[in-house]
Amino acid sequence: MTHTVVVIGGGATGTGTARDLAMRGFDVTLVERGNLTEGTTGRTHGHLHSGGRYAVSDQESAIDCMEENRILHRIAGHCIEDTGGLFVQLEGDSDEYFQQKLEGCAECDIPTEVISGEEARRQEPHLTKRVERAIRVPDGAIDPFRLCVANAADAVDHGATVETHAEVVDLRVEDDQVTGVEIERQGPNYLGEGCEGQTETIDADYVVSATGAWASQIAEMADIDLEMAISKGAMVVTNVRQIDTVINRCLPKGEGDTIIPHETTVLLGANDDPVEDPDDYPEEQWEVDMMIDIASEMVPIVSEARMIRAYWGVRPLYDPNPDSTKDSGDVTRNYFVLDHAERDGIGGFSSIVGGKLTTYREMAESAADHVCEVLGVDADCRTHEEPLPGSSDISVLEDRMDDFGLRSPIARRSTQRLGDRAPEVLDTDEPNPTVCECEAVTRAEIQDAIDDVGADPNGIRLRTRASMGNCQGGFCSHRISAEIYPKHDAVTARDALDQLYQERWKGQRHTLWGRQLSQAMLNHLLHATTMNHDADPAVGGPSVDYTAFDGGRAEPIEGRHGD
Amino acid sequence: MAIESEVLVVGGGLAGITSAIAAAREGADVRLVCHKRTSLRQASGLIDGLGYVPSRTDTAASETITQRRKDFRTVRSSRSEYTGPLVTPFTEIEALPPTHPYSILGEDALREGLALFDEMTGEMYLGSHTEKNALVPTFGGTVKPTARYPRAVAAGLASDSRPMTIIGVRSFTEFDARQVADSLELAGVPFDVTGAEVEFAEAFGADAKITRVAKALDHDEPIDGTPARQALVEAVEPHLGDAERVGFPALLGDDHTTEVRADLGDRLGVDVFEIPMGPPSLLGLRLEDRLYDALDAEGVRFETGNPVVGYETSEDDPNRIESVWVDHKGREVPYSAEQFVLATGGFVGKGLDSDRQRVQEPVFDCHVPQPADRYDWFVDDAFGDHPYARFGVRPNESMQPLDAAGEPEFANLYAAGSVVGGADIAREKSASGVSLATGVVAGRMAADPVDEPSPRAE
Repeated sequence: MTHTVVVIGGGATGTGTARDLAMRGFDVTLVERGNLTEGTTGRTHGHLHSGGRYAVSDQESAIDCMEENRILHRIAGHCIEDTGGLFVQLEGDSDEYFQQKLEGCAECDIPTEVISGEEARRQEPHLTKRVERAIRVPDGAIDPFRLCVANAADAVDHGATVETHAEVVDLRVEDDQVTGVEIERQGPNYLGEGCEGQTETIDADYVVSATGAWASQIAEMADIDLEMAISKGAMVVTNVRQIDTVINRCLPKGEGDTIIPHETTVLLGANDDPVEDPDDYPEEQWEVDMMIDIASEMVPIVSEARMIRAYWGVRPLYDPNPDSTKDSGDVTRNYFVLDHAERDGIGGFSSIVGGKLTTYREMAESAADHVCEVLGVDADCRTHEEPLPGSSDISVLEDRMDDFGLRSPIARRSTQRLGDRAPEVLDTDEPNPTVCECEAVTRAEIQDAIDDVGADPNGIRLRTRASMGNCQGGFCSHRISAEIYPKHDAVTARDALDQLYQERWKGQRHTLWGRQLSQAMLNHLLHATTMNHDADPAVGGPSVDYTAFDGGRAEPIEGRHGD
Repeated sequence: MAIESEVLVVGGGLAGITSAIAAAREGADVRLVCHKRTSLRQASGLIDGLGYVPSRTDTAASETITQRRKDFRTVRSSRSEYTGPLVTPFTEIEALPPTHPYSILGEDALREGLALFDEMTGEMYLGSHTEKNALVPTFGGTVKPTARYPRAVAAGLASDSRPMTIIGVRSFTEFDARQVADSLELAGVPFDVTGAEVEFAEAFGADAKITRVAKALDHDEPIDGTPARQALVEAVEPHLGDAERVGFPALLGDDHTTEVRADLGDRLGVDVFEIPMGPPSLLGLRLEDRLYDALDAEGVRFETGNPVVGYETSEDDPNRIESVWVDHKGREVPYSAEQFVLATGGFVGKGLDSDRQRVQEPVFDCHVPQPADRYDWFVDDAFGDHPYARFGVRPNESMQPLDAAGEPEFANLYAAGSVVGGADIAREKSASGVSLATGVVAGRMAADPVDEPSPRAE
């Protein structure tokens, strides 16, 4: 008999758990209230940790990070950029801590190399002259969107069902046993099925909550008291890539002192401040200013860079010993599978909390192991052996660029994004113009994403990076809407435009000075002046008495037919 | 040796050119300097006067910026309403806030600005036959009110009841013509409208510049062996149906656009019009050419390519500007004049600049009223009532920029165009009108500074 499992949460841990369970033969349904990656996963720093960061204070996490770092290189090469990382010691930073960091790394099996300040500056010329020496570690950048999509796609390939825009509104509990979840659709799922407001019950032999920062809310639906130690962090995005290596400050209290190159941008972040509600916390000016100021101490040129937006994420931390923790920065980055039968007397239900993006796979493995144990299923984990879709060698694909008649930078970036799916996506007989110029995303890629996620502009964005560059959707949100149109009606396509434009605004407004303020004004002029989108009679703008306006000249207009 | 003139205009956009011509017509010896030519390549080419006015109710107090998820539909439906589209640009001026340039100058300034524009552009633009706004279809699938429009868009007016077809080009991404047609229908236009995407000029490659296609039509160049205009006619013909007019994205030629439009109209047997587009905007570029011809005809000397980097005041009167410094490839040359006009543009034209701490006007550091906290420069809704959209120098009725105490910054400085604050030109659809009204007053005052300002219209 096949057991049914519902996994709640479409982030890295949730999709990873769904993949793992599906590969072990379970009948899996994953439910996510919004898009995949809409929670913490889509709002991380994208830091593939070596573990160096935790090598002194939190060695258990550090060891996990390094092990998983190695595994992810094998199974998800197309989601990783091997930038390497540096822990930099600036003038006045403690020698003693530098030494502790080195020793900690050795204890956690994290390879290191100490280099001089001079050598560090040869590697990264924009590093401050105040750098005295640095420790090289195998940090990298990881694309959480691609990672998550690849996990979900592979789960589906192994028979799982993925329901996006399906919010869990209740857990069904019978005789202290969770027997299913009740969902309310927030809109059609990625296949275009269902509609907003529909409720459904999904039966399950077991329910795994992989909702991270939202775990308290889900547990509460079964009257379970689960206190999380969640904290927010701001990240600021620049429009230029001034460094190619992950830069960390080698200081004991690290807040806001990591700079990570990602595609064409650099991400600065992140602070660590406790919050109560993961859906409603202030996004504050001082946080943005602090990220820029701290990063500028290490890489001074950052303060002159154009910042294109800022975003916030909530860490899904869980503190097993809250009484002994002084500061949210000290909460362990370790993860925990909480069995609610054992812990709270409610069977058929567990929550996986804590952890890092880097350790998502191991977390998923532990959660799946636990499900197997409870349901008495004997099946081994294979997620550390089987590569994710799209992960084979992309250099082979770059040679095939000419097949698609694409100019090289665009083609290279497309193939990087698509991995081994590039031929099937880019092989089109139709013209394949660039839709998003900032990120060089072509029509074929957008269309491919629409096939996957429907008229969901944020889903399209996460798959392709379209609208994530300098213009923040000003020059492409209407184009993406036009790409959606042929497969969906005009109202849906128009809604997609508004949804994307508003979503881009949400992050852009935090960096509204200098060139980005000029960009915002240009976007405002294009959308409000030239297109009149702000007063569109078709979407609730004022209605129009057409006959009251200028009907043209009475005399014939030059060029009019028949003149 | 300083380069001298009576009036020196800094900035070469619509406002700068208008003020230079207005000053020249008062008999002044005028010179115009600007860094980049204009931002008209980014402008639609429509001449908006006033299309919407803010509602008179107070806007809701700005909320704390939080992570709270908000549905875009909620944001859209709670947007503070603007009244409009206004049938004429003149009747609702008194509904504007008191700091709006129209409120300060009165409606006559707008009338005079539009009249001067009509003279500068001659037959190229229409709309002066009526006080009414025209409704022009936008490439966003909606309609917008405007005071003057290029002849090229005339056959597309939305108050005309003749059936319409809109043509899109498959290898361009700005819009899907079928979506534009459906959207216009949803907007309740009083005519039948259909859309079609056609194959045209694909031999130029998927990312051909719109200006490249325009040139091909100008010269009727063969594309894959077929002359460009014939190729376009063949592509469009099967989609015409009952349409009596057909709209294209604005790419129908550059130098010979009138001929291209007439030729296509004759061959298709319908009226042909263009839909104003975003950058690079051919309608904007054609207007730019016309305005520079007008500047030339008025005898205004102008030079582009060199930025103004500083200024010097008179030795005996710190309140008078004596000269500005123009950077000629690293060599700073003084340009002296009796009177100066600041028409450097807004945030887009770099007439306003900002950093994390403040917004400033970079040439003369004129006072720009602004909230101290950067997070009060904007609101939650992308299309809301953003304070930043109204940033700029604050003028008196002579268009002299005022300092924080309400006194003129300099005795001989006037401001015009987007560097002037007080208007959300995008939401009001007032961009060109503000440039023309402020330009005409600033130019006239600079030419004849003793002249009393025209009394404010009540």
